[in-house]
Amino acid sequence: MEFFDVAWRLLAVLVAFLTLPLLVGQTEHKVMAHMQGRVGPMYAGGFHGWAQLVADGVKFAQKEDVVPAAADRRVFQLAPAVALVPYLLVLIAIPIAPNGVVGQVVDAGIFFVLAVLGVGVLGQVMGGWASANKYSLLGGMRTAAQLLAYELPLLLAAASVAMAAGTLSLPGMLESWQWWWLPWQLIGAFVFFTAGIAELHRPPFDAPLAPEEIIFGPLTEYGGLRFALFMLAEYAGIVVISALTAVLFLGGWHGPFADQLGWLWMLLKTAALCFLVIWMRVAWPRLRADQIQRFAWTCLVPLALFQIALTGVVKVVFL
Amino acid sequence: MSGLVLLGAERGFLSPTGVEITFLLVGLVTLGGAVLAVTSRQLVHAALWLVVALGGIAVLYLLLTAEFIAWVQVLIYVGSVVVLLLFGLMLTKAPIGPSPDADSGNRWVALAVALATAATLVTVVVDAFRTAWIELDVPQGTTEIVGRSLFRHWVLPFEALSLLLLAALVGAIVLSRRKKERR
Repeated sequence: MEFFDVAWRLLAVLVAFLTLPLLVGQTEHKVMAHMQGRVGPMYAGGFHGWAQLVADGVKFAQKEDVVPAAADRRVFQLAPAVALVPYLLVLIAIPIAPNGVVGQVVDAGIFFVLAVLGVGVLGQVMGGWASANKYSLLGGMRTAAQLLAYELPLLLAAASVAMAAGTLSLPGMLESWQWWWLPWQLIGAFVFFTAGIAELHRPPFDAPLAPEEIIFGPLTEYGGLRFALFMLAEYAGIVVISALTAVLFLGGWHGPFADQLGWLWMLLKTAALCFLVIWMRVAWPRLRADQIQRFAWTCLVPLALFQIALTGVVKVVFL
Repeated sequence: MSGLVLLGAERGFLSPTGVEITFLLVGLVTLGGAVLAVTSRQLVHAALWLVVALGGIAVLYLLLTAEFIAWVQVLIYVGSVVVLLLFGLMLTKAPIGPSPDADSGNRWVALAVALATAATLVTVVVDAFRTAWIELDVPQGTTEIVGRSLFRHWVLPFEALSLLLLAALVGAIVLSRRKKERR
């Protein structure tokens, strides 16, 4: 029975990994369209163009697999996999509902999640270098610099919640979560979510990709399925960062009737945060690479340190 | 550390378990990655082989149930140190294909030093822990256990290390400032 239990959980995680990013992608098509006063894709599949992403996927799969002559073949071909697989691994550790509804309970869960997320960015850096293209190289450098800048606030904000809960395990954190943690960890939530978006290179932190300036940076030379894998990694990243923010700062499955409807609350909170990510793309212009760096070091890091001090003081004095 | 040591002498090294075989195989992969990282003529490939070696060490920690250390290893080394290395390589435009100057005249001296270090470490570690036995069924390296021993028994070294890191941090700031004034 043990074996089937594990297999069932992993299968569920895989299904979530294959469907949720597509859902977010389709939502992005529609939300962006409506925010810009147009309707977005309407024909594929009939009802409001629901099959547009499937059609896109078929198109990507049909394309020729091209590797530039000057590129480093093996690294170039390996990069999309390195970018994508970590997000699949991370999903395993995110709890969906109370009483152990999680792919796998990881003792140092938050460390596992943040460590593996960092590896994903390595894929983009690899792609940026191996493409033998100056735009890609620029993008790769910006990617690496951005990762180094935003890893620190991300970790510090997560550490604050770990301090509050007294555990590093994600299900453990949710078990000790109380509603008043929401205002208590508010600054941490802002820091974590912002730094998470910056690690994904989503607007307004998309200087490493910057289509109008350095032509998608590390992805310039990619086409067909490999490009699609990079895109899938981006949307899986949105799901993962939103779900993590929901777990760490918004109480995950907590809500009315949590025992039965816990999974629904978790999904709703994640969906709301995904919507916010899409909204930010429409609402804000791109920051320059130096502005992105300055924002991380002079704004997010001090804020995260303040949050840690606040957490420590409240924990020692009042609890 | 007290829970770790049982007498290993009564347990043979014959008929190894699955974990032991896996440990050995991952160890070989790690060694291979490390050797390739040193011998590769392509700079970025060397950095990527380093990822394999460092990741392999993380897996070894995992197999010894030292979960916390394993994830910290991935977070710091694979996620930050290697990315920093790659950033430096890209900043200096590491070429695609072999770099002729990625070779050192010191290679034989380096090999001798590496072999001597390895021999010393293997001898000392084997001699010290020959009879030790880690019971893998009971988790030995959870966050709680690591934290307990770190902040109870090893507080002084911990604080000394943080002081050292602080000094390095201040030093880095001082170095980078002085350059600006000279301009």
